[in-house]
Amino acid sequence: MSFQAVVFYVLSLILIVAAFRVVTAKNPVHAALYLVLAFFTASGHWLLLQAEFLAIALVLVYVGAVMVLFLFVVMMLDINIEKLREGFWQNFPLAGTVALVMVAEMVLILSSPEANLAGFKAGAAVAADASNVRELGRQLYTVYLLPFEAAAVVLLVAMVAAIGITMRKRADSKYINPAEQVRVRRNDRVRVVQVQAVKPEADTASDTNEQQA
Amino acid sequence: MDMKSLYLLIALSPLVGSVIAGLFGWAIGRRAAHVVTILGVAVSAVLSIGVLKGFLDGSTQVFNAPVYTWLTVGGFEFSVGFLVDSLTAMMLVVVTSVSLMVHIYTIGYMHEDPGYQRFFSYISLFTFSMLMLVMSNNFIQLFFGWEAVGLVSYLLIGFWFKRPTAIFANLKAFLVNRVGDFGFLLGIGLVLAYFGGSLNYSDVFAAAPALASKTIQIIPGVEWSLLTVTCILLFIGAMGKSAQFPLHVWLPDSMEGPTPISALIHAATMVTAGIFMVSRMSPLFEMSDTALNVVMVAGSITALFMGFLGVVQNDIKRVVAYSTLSQLGYMTVALGASAYSVAMFHVMTHAFFKALLFLGAGSVIMGMHHDQDMRNMGGLRKYMPITWITSLLGSLALIGTPFFSGFYSKDSIILAVENSNLAASGFAYFAVIAGVFVTAFYSFRMYFLVFHGKERWMENHAHHEHHGDHDDEEPSDDHHHGLGPNDKPHESPWVVTLPLALLAIPSVLIGFFAIHPLVGGEFFKGVIYTNLEAHPGLEAAMHHAHDAMAMGLHAFVTLPFWLAAAGVALAWFFYMKAPHIPAAIKQKFSGVHTLLENKYYMDELYFAVFAKGSRALGTFFWKVGDMLLIDGLLVNGSARLVGSVSRAVRKLQTGFIYSYAAVMIIGVLVLMTYWFKPLILR
Amino acid sequence: MLSLTHFLVLAGILFAISVLGIFLNRKNLIILLMAIELMLLAVNYNFIAFSHYLSDTAGQIFVFFILTVAAAESAIGLAILVVLFRKLDSINVEDLGSLKG
Repeated sequence: MSFQAVVFYVLSLILIVAAFRVVTAKNPVHAALYLVLAFFTASGHWLLLQAEFLAIALVLVYVGAVMVLFLFVVMMLDINIEKLREGFWQNFPLAGTVALVMVAEMVLILSSPEANLAGFKAGAAVAADASNVRELGRQLYTVYLLPFEAAAVVLLVAMVAAIGITMRKRADSKYINPAEQVRVRRNDRVRVVQVQAVKPEADTASDTNEQQA
Repeated sequence: MDMKSLYLLIALSPLVGSVIAGLFGWAIGRRAAHVVTILGVAVSAVLSIGVLKGFLDGSTQVFNAPVYTWLTVGGFEFSVGFLVDSLTAMMLVVVTSVSLMVHIYTIGYMHEDPGYQRFFSYISLFTFSMLMLVMSNNFIQLFFGWEAVGLVSYLLIGFWFKRPTAIFANLKAFLVNRVGDFGFLLGIGLVLAYFGGSLNYSDVFAAAPALASKTIQIIPGVEWSLLTVTCILLFIGAMGKSAQFPLHVWLPDSMEGPTPISALIHAATMVTAGIFMVSRMSPLFEMSDTALNVVMVAGSITALFMGFLGVVQNDIKRVVAYSTLSQLGYMTVALGASAYSVAMFHVMTHAFFKALLFLGAGSVIMGMHHDQDMRNMGGLRKYMPITWITSLLGSLALIGTPFFSGFYSKDSIILAVENSNLAASGFAYFAVIAGVFVTAFYSFRMYFLVFHGKERWMENHAHHEHHGDHDDEEPSDDHHHGLGPNDKPHESPWVVTLPLALLAIPSVLIGFFAIHPLVGGEFFKGVIYTNLEAHPGLEAAMHHAHDAMAMGLHAFVTLPFWLAAAGVALAWFFYMKAPHIPAAIKQKFSGVHTLLENKYYMDELYFAVFAKGSRALGTFFWKVGDMLLIDGLLVNGSARLVGSVSRAVRKLQTGFIYSYAAVMIIGVLVLMTYWFKPLILR
Repeated sequence: MLSLTHFLVLAGILFAISVLGIFLNRKNLIILLMAIELMLLAVNYNFIAFSHYLSDTAGQIFVFFILTVAAAESAIGLAILVVLFRKLDSINVEDLGSLKG
């Protein structure tokens, strides 16, 4: 058994156990952490498959960003676990059967000689200084430039949407509307009042007039 | 002016008058309405007489051409076209001249009626429709005219639409005519299907001889002669329009309409449309003895048995109506005997003397202030001299007094039937001979009851509810109810008596002068076709027709004359000399009397069978077809089906995302298994 | 020697486990989201494995986009979750029936 095979089987075992724990864990925080573990092992597998950039991206993006977001949300919400766990194992017979049948069929299909998967040999060994990142970058910025930009827009939209959905207006928050500020007219702010001068006694009145004049 | 425009003018001028009087009657007033319609009909009448004159002296040729293409459907072209030959020319004169007389008469008769302009519009419209009918050169236009006159008849029977009886009568006339039209339409359909795909008379007649032995199967396995079926179907149409047994029931009820239209439509012109049509189709009918027998039997039954009904009627108009039925039966018998020219001759003479009788009856009704019951009349001779003398002349013509017009036509019919070799001719001969006696009896019964004897209106106005057959409860200003205690009958104004006098002249004379050209001569040569070798009935009539004077003199030694004389004498004896005898007979033979009073219970039979039957059928379709099948099964049923399916399917749709997810995943599994079946099941 | 089949079967098992998770955690929305992430991971395994064994980087590019979209999806999903929790004080799927669908 080669080293690679040993690594593969060890990682596979960890991956399967971690995945199983993700779906069976009582505590959502544990589930999220097991998911992190599953992503880590997957990243290891991808390194075996010489997809270095994606392996790193999986750790950075998924473990570093998405899973942290998951943890953040799970911890932020006060979830009544007991209620959600009600009848948890009730569906296990059906679910287990479906899963087993699915795996059995997959194995049968994939190992079938007609599928001819054995015909796929690993590609020629790449040179030691070959850069997977360089190659992906070259393709992304040339052939796949347009989908790449579209993906950027998707992320932007997702970000705006996520903020838009979760934002709530507080009754006591103070803010200004720039449009109203721009639209404002003099009459909205200033009121010119014609003040009738109070008429005092006759003598003083003339004095006042003279003073003003 | 070329002939086409001339004929167009004849047909259209009454229409113009009708449109003006009908649409603008409210604006132009009564006087202008009758002036414009009379003018239209007068133009037609004068031109028609000119046309007839042209045919008599041989200067006018047969005109047969399309005028206007109405519509084209596939390969069939329906055109408006005129066929004007001697037959048409004669009908033109009859229709327009009687119509003109009736128009003038109406000025007096409808004087007080609020629907004055409407009435004039209708009768002019009728004239137009009738002209289109007789001038047609194809079946479609014939059918159009046929239906148009039926429509106007419907409108005029129900002219006093506030009376329930009038509405009942016009609906009845309309429905009974639909029965006939159904047969007529089927006949036209057969013509279209088999006679070379054309509906023009000339094409159809040209195609007919080749089809003489053709048979069709209507009931599978039973071969029927095409010509026989076609002719009988066409004759069913004629039965409806010309009120032949058993489709006669509408005509007596049509007397609910004003008297002028009874004279014009239900005596002189429209009801003869059937006779005209069969004469027009003579080349077809000549080829089917079966059809001729059917025609003859229907005519004989109508001629005799409808005459019996006239004997027991007390309403003056109904007596004339039943005599009309009986006379139409005579014409039909003549058709059956292949004596088409004789039938047309009788149509013409009958038009004049029956219009005269009807208008005379109308004049009497006016004189009696719209009391129609003969039991309240009597002795009117003194008060209404012109009406009296003209009615007497009309009655004499009707019963066939020698030298009067009715004599020539009726005797020609009897001669033709006597010499006919058809199977039904024995019965028909008996019917027409017996009919002569019956006709004479009821005609003079009416005559004596109305114009002679005691003046009964003084004593009888006490029981008011007996006047006429219509006991209209609603107050109507156009109808008085008999004479007041101190009123006396009065002669009608000149607009009424003038048409009487003008109609009396042809009623008396026209037979004498017309019999030679019409029956014996060449007038209808090439128009009406009679196979003299196969149907020799006409030959005897033609033989006698050559000398009208000799025929009149010879009549005094023949059976019909003495039968008529006996009828008159019996009527005189019963109703002048010994009035208690009819009452005694009525007592003694109350069963027969009741049977006649109830018109052989035909109406009751039709009500029980057809009216109730179709109501039951309608109820059945409503309950079973509509409510159960369509509403219940199709409409509500499909809704219920959708509902119950939804109720079942709704259980799948829980509203919980995990259910959908589970179904989706299982579906994916199933699809995967299905697609990769060969890989999995190695 | 590792073959393509190894990785594909592993991805299949991973996928089956996430299906199992969806069935089991039918009430817990947050675990459902995590199970979906696992499913996407299984799919990504397929792409990368094929990319490696076909020597074609297109598969990796595709994974790159899937990661992008998955990140966006979980961001919006979590945002909805937060709003939902504010409204209902629960993340129970059974409480989502307000629309009475």
